[in-house]
Amino acid sequence: MLVFLLRRLTQSVFVLIAMMVVVFFGVFMIGNPVDILISPDAPPAEIEATMARFGFDQPVHIQFLKFVGNALQGDLGRSFVHGESAVSLILSYMPATLELAMLGLIFSVAIGVPLGVYAGYKADRWQGRAIMTGSIFGFSLPNFWVGMLLILIFAVELQWLPSTGRGEAVEVLGLRLSIFTADGFQHMILPALTLALYKASLVTRLARAGTQEALMQDYVKFARAKGLSETRILMVHVLKNIMIPIITVLGLELGSMIAFAVVTETVFAWPGMGKLLIDSILTLDRPVIVAYLMMTVVIFIVINLIVDVVYTLLDPRVRVKGSAA
Amino acid sequence: MSVSEQSPPVAPVAAPRDRWRTINLVAGLAVIATLGILLSGQSIAQFPARVILLIGLVVLAAGLLRGRAHKFFSGPSAYFATASLLLLIVLAIFATELSPQNPYDLRQLDIMDGRLPPGSTTFDGAMTFHLGTDEQGRDILSGILYGLRVSLSVSIFATLAAMVIGVVVGIYAAWAGGRIESILMRIVDFQLSFPSILVALMLMAAFGRGLDKIVIALIIVQWAYYARTVRGTALSEARKEYIDAARGLGLPAYRIVFGHLLPNCIPPLIVISTVQVANTIVLESSLSFLGVGVPITQPSLGLLIANGYGYMLSGQYWMSMYPGVALLAIVASINMVGDRLRDTLNPRLQK
Repeated sequence: MLVFLLRRLTQSVFVLIAMMVVVFFGVFMIGNPVDILISPDAPPAEIEATMARFGFDQPVHIQFLKFVGNALQGDLGRSFVHGESAVSLILSYMPATLELAMLGLIFSVAIGVPLGVYAGYKADRWQGRAIMTGSIFGFSLPNFWVGMLLILIFAVELQWLPSTGRGEAVEVLGLRLSIFTADGFQHMILPALTLALYKASLVTRLARAGTQEALMQDYVKFARAKGLSETRILMVHVLKNIMIPIITVLGLELGSMIAFAVVTETVFAWPGMGKLLIDSILTLDRPVIVAYLMMTVVIFIVINLIVDVVYTLLDPRVRVKGSAA
Repeated sequence: MSVSEQSPPVAPVAAPRDRWRTINLVAGLAVIATLGILLSGQSIAQFPARVILLIGLVVLAAGLLRGRAHKFFSGPSAYFATASLLLLIVLAIFATELSPQNPYDLRQLDIMDGRLPPGSTTFDGAMTFHLGTDEQGRDILSGILYGLRVSLSVSIFATLAAMVIGVVVGIYAAWAGGRIESILMRIVDFQLSFPSILVALMLMAAFGRGLDKIVIALIIVQWAYYARTVRGTALSEARKEYIDAARGLGLPAYRIVFGHLLPNCIPPLIVISTVQVANTIVLESSLSFLGVGVPITQPSLGLLIANGYGYMLSGQYWMSMYPGVALLAIVASINMVGDRLRDTLNPRLQK
């Protein structure tokens, strides 16, 4: 186990170094940041001074070495636009994204599980087929399109819910969160629904397959023989048994929720990490782009590492292969 | 390239099969040639090239479904999806001829016609905007037809190129085995552990926007997926007897791989790539919506939606609603056709 963990950690370090090179030189290719920092009409001396202040006058490889040296100390540069440290800037936007992703996960379970269980219960009837066809749409509809439609219906036409922004936020355990205020929660409903739709169709399919399998088991027959109502069988006996795989899959999907949040946050002008990334790309705010990409890579490496470790603990076959090699 | 050279010498070749091979080959070459003409931006023989392209695509589709048509068309949804996909492809190919106005010819635009609701006419009453206009007086219907063309051609081209790269890598990995295989598959695993939208966003952040750049980004995002699938199929095919037979005949490795192994790995790829085109359209439109996709001069459906999005809150829904409906139609019909194709072509599902 220790050997396996060490090997995966070394691999992760290599991945991180590779990503540093790719991200830095990739971002280096776009635009000249001096153009947005200072007017092109400024006197040459002033332009040169600005370039020297940010270190743009040095050759690429020196800039890269400096970047790596600073990154190892947890410093990924200062934002050109906000003037703050890029890392702390992203960290200050992170709670908004995380609470959105969490509510999205909750919504996807709340929508997907009942629909999936019902579709599995009525698998060969029209109700089951209709739900399955509907889930194809959940898979194929573009995220931003769904968000747009929800805004058009609930914000513009019906005017039930606010369309953009985060609403009122309160400090909870040192984090600014919206979910605990009524106004903030109202602002979260539409974006979280948008984010949840794709995952909800995934959960629907998982729950349907699980229910169909569970209904054939002996314990369901026994429960029926005992005279329990169908509702009770579904809600208690079947549900308990299908929730484990669903929760496992959803845990793994939290990372992709954060990635998809980029689109959702842009549609709803939700001030999270994803919106920050898009704004930074559009304003060529290099340090923030680099810092976002590096932090996301770290998050994903950690998630994948945890997944692998959990699998190794759960599945003895993987463990044998891992420690033998 | 004669047909006899293409056909494997071991299998007895029946005449009708041979004829279809020729027809498919000619159709495929015609499609590639006309696409080359149309995408190169040269203004030679545009209309005939479009007609040939359409005929070639229909012939290829017919060749694919030959003998299985009754299975494919089992139910009204298959007819409906095929008809709508065909209609949308025709609209995209003949966008120049069908659209009432060239939306990117500034001489044809009048700022006075800006943001008109659907059904209004031009300032001088010469033309009706059936789906309204955008803020620059551009006909939304024409914009959708041109945008459909951009969305479809970017996605199809990226998917095909990714497929070619993935097939080469996958087959090579399966054939070479050993260290090369494990290194290649490690790279594939690594890339697939990140969501495709994130990888594409990173790439577009580095590249900047542009048609060629988004195609490259979409290729990089997708190739690993094909490589994994092809390697799996190739590994299971390579164990079969016909490969042993070809080896026994003393055929060179390239003939076994390209003449025998590759053709048998293709059917699952057709299904995957159909659905993948739809996914690519969604991905491309998401990137364009975020402003890191296609350039403003050649908007795809996603960019059209983004352009009109700012006006939606004030009730001027048509600017992004109708491009959105077109996007939904193309994605849904490709997915439904892909669903039918999977049931038709997948031997494992045959009862």
